[in-house]
Amino acid sequence: MSRSVIKQRKRLTPRWAPYVLLMPFLVLFAVFGIFPLLFSIVLAFQSWDPSSGLASMTFVGTENFSFALGDDWFWKSLGSTFTLALLSGVPQHLVAIPLAAFIDRTFGRWRDPVSAVYFLPYITSSVAIAILFGALFSKDFGLVNSLLHAWLRGENIDWIGRSETLGPVVSFIVFWRYLGFNLVLYLAALQSIPRDLYEAAELDGASAWRQFFHITLPGLRPMILFGVTLSVIGGLQIFEEPFILTGGKGGPDQVVMTVGMYVYRTAFEFNDFGAASAMSWILCAIVAVMTWVTHRAFKTDGSPR
Amino acid sequence: MPSSPRLLPSSPIPGLRRRRLLGAALSTFTGSALLAGCSPQESPNQLTVAAYPQIDAVVEQALQSWRAQHPGVTVKVVTRQYGDHHTAMTTALSTAVGLPDVMALESSFVGRFAHGSGLEDLSAAPYEAHQLRDRFVAFAFDQGTNANGRVLALPTDIGPGTLLFRQDLLARAGVSVENLTHSWESFVDAGLAIKQKTGAFLLGNAQTLKDILIRSGLQPGQSLYFGSDHEVLVKSSRFERAFELALKVRRNQLDARVNAWSNEWAEGFKRGRLSVELSGAWMVGQMAKWVAPSTAGLWRAAHLPESTFVSYGGTFYAIPRLSNPQRKAHAWALIKHLTLDTSRQVQAFREVDAFPALSQALDEPFFDEPLPFLGGQPARQLWREAARRITAVSVHKQNSFADEVVGTELDNVLDRGKSITAALADAHRVLVRRARR
Repeated sequence: MSRSVIKQRKRLTPRWAPYVLLMPFLVLFAVFGIFPLLFSIVLAFQSWDPSSGLASMTFVGTENFSFALGDDWFWKSLGSTFTLALLSGVPQHLVAIPLAAFIDRTFGRWRDPVSAVYFLPYITSSVAIAILFGALFSKDFGLVNSLLHAWLRGENIDWIGRSETLGPVVSFIVFWRYLGFNLVLYLAALQSIPRDLYEAAELDGASAWRQFFHITLPGLRPMILFGVTLSVIGGLQIFEEPFILTGGKGGPDQVVMTVGMYVYRTAFEFNDFGAASAMSWILCAIVAVMTWVTHRAFKTDGSPR
Repeated sequence: MPSSPRLLPSSPIPGLRRRRLLGAALSTFTGSALLAGCSPQESPNQLTVAAYPQIDAVVEQALQSWRAQHPGVTVKVVTRQYGDHHTAMTTALSTAVGLPDVMALESSFVGRFAHGSGLEDLSAAPYEAHQLRDRFVAFAFDQGTNANGRVLALPTDIGPGTLLFRQDLLARAGVSVENLTHSWESFVDAGLAIKQKTGAFLLGNAQTLKDILIRSGLQPGQSLYFGSDHEVLVKSSRFERAFELALKVRRNQLDARVNAWSNEWAEGFKRGRLSVELSGAWMVGQMAKWVAPSTAGLWRAAHLPESTFVSYGGTFYAIPRLSNPQRKAHAWALIKHLTLDTSRQVQAFREVDAFPALSQALDEPFFDEPLPFLGGQPARQLWREAARRITAVSVHKQNSFADEVVGTELDNVLDRGKSITAALADAHRVLVRRARR
């Protein structure tokens, strides 16, 4: 009898089982999610030479924030971020919505394989993508210049080495990568639009264009809000593609050095963790404001949909 | 009605065995993960050396003789890529977690870490490293010493600057080595002749000319961009001249507008489109091994124009202040083993082009041997002289940021027609805000 009691005590009781089973996630989330977040709040108010250890931190109040707000390079990186976010984000939706409608109407049972093809870049390693595009857009030995040279016979364009062309190249890569993701979102949303609306429109003699503008687009509105919100948040946090493509520097005149990259460089290259933390919180506030603006812009006049 | 959950554990059904197994696995996983995260090697006889490629090979090579002399002390070499290594070292110093006993550092990082207190003061007892100063090339030892006279790292290899040129292209253009090296102005004029007669570019990028010119004429211990009281120096004549000559190079299309280590840069050497390279002596090894082995015999070396003597990189060994104190004596013995032995220094030079920082090693017969890649020229003699004439440059905390700001402003001058005065004024404004951070 006493042996079975001891045995029972050793076992996982239902009271603790959920916590223990959740523990792997909770531990990882605490270590890699909560702790860095709290630590960066602390750092944003400190001056710290990391190579001297944690004990060398000194409280400086809001000095890091005032430094960040007066830093030319912070505003420059913010400008680069907004430019890249717009150049890559807007076309994603302008192409994904009609493309989703086209695939939905045209491909029938082949719809899923076709959308999977578009989705592939999204699940491909961003390192591989950046290296691939780096080779494609290489000045002297890239495929893009070879094709252009064959057709137009002009001088080779230094796509990655010139500030005028690097922004569009990075935007194109981001657009290409996330188009499939948005396509899948819109294809899913299209399934929720009642088919009888289209049938009724057909009977009334509405053309495909009128159906698109008067049934499809309004039906997609909630998903457009969701997709655009994700694009705003993702666009303002672009990091991997320009980082890898430009060797972490941001290219000539730092034209594609996004805020994310500048924060990383300020901390790890320029050894200023305090300013970097302050900048990341300013970026967080900007993302929040832009998300709110997006919601306001897509809100219908009446009740929210 | 299902049984009460409280009774389930005693049930022998297979599902519950699985649950028990899962619990055991979970506790093993979390337990071992926690242990792995915080288990320092407590043995005083087990050293860890953190290094990056090529230096790791030098250390591994030296361990054969180390084991014979210190049979009870094992050494583990942890290698990361260059950038990752220095990021990892910064993190380790900041948290005092995962500190190696010996860390290899590239010279610019020694300068950066010298401002903090993360590295052990090797001039203090029991190390007394300042007594070793005469054994090293002077500038290299000084580079590992901070403004307060504390020795924070011992040098193992250096990169004396050299000018490599294509002998055949110079001959076709009727340009002599004297034309190329008399002054920086004559260097650019020689480039004009080379371009005109052979079509080859003088340089890969005009930025490299600026990089070296701003180092020219520095007094010992001076910093590139900042004065002793953090005043910003970028509006000085040193920078104006560097920008003017770089602009002349670009305007006359004497640079191929390619960045070092890019595919285009390597192809430029392979195809004879680049006639000159300004770099550290170690570049000859890189050129001979993979950049342009097919051009062997066509290159020669000379001192940099205007008798400019500068260093391109270098490697040091340091002991973290907060590493395990029980192992510091062995760590120091290992550093001395790696840096003070002539034969090992020469072996490292022979195998991975690590130019010795040990003075004594520079007198070895190896330095008189002809170099096949340079058409049999005994160029190591030249580099030895350069090494002895280089002076140490102080590294300001904001050095890497200033590097980038000035480089960007030069791009603005070269590509966007910005005036040199305006560019330097803008760089000055940005750096003034940073100087005291």
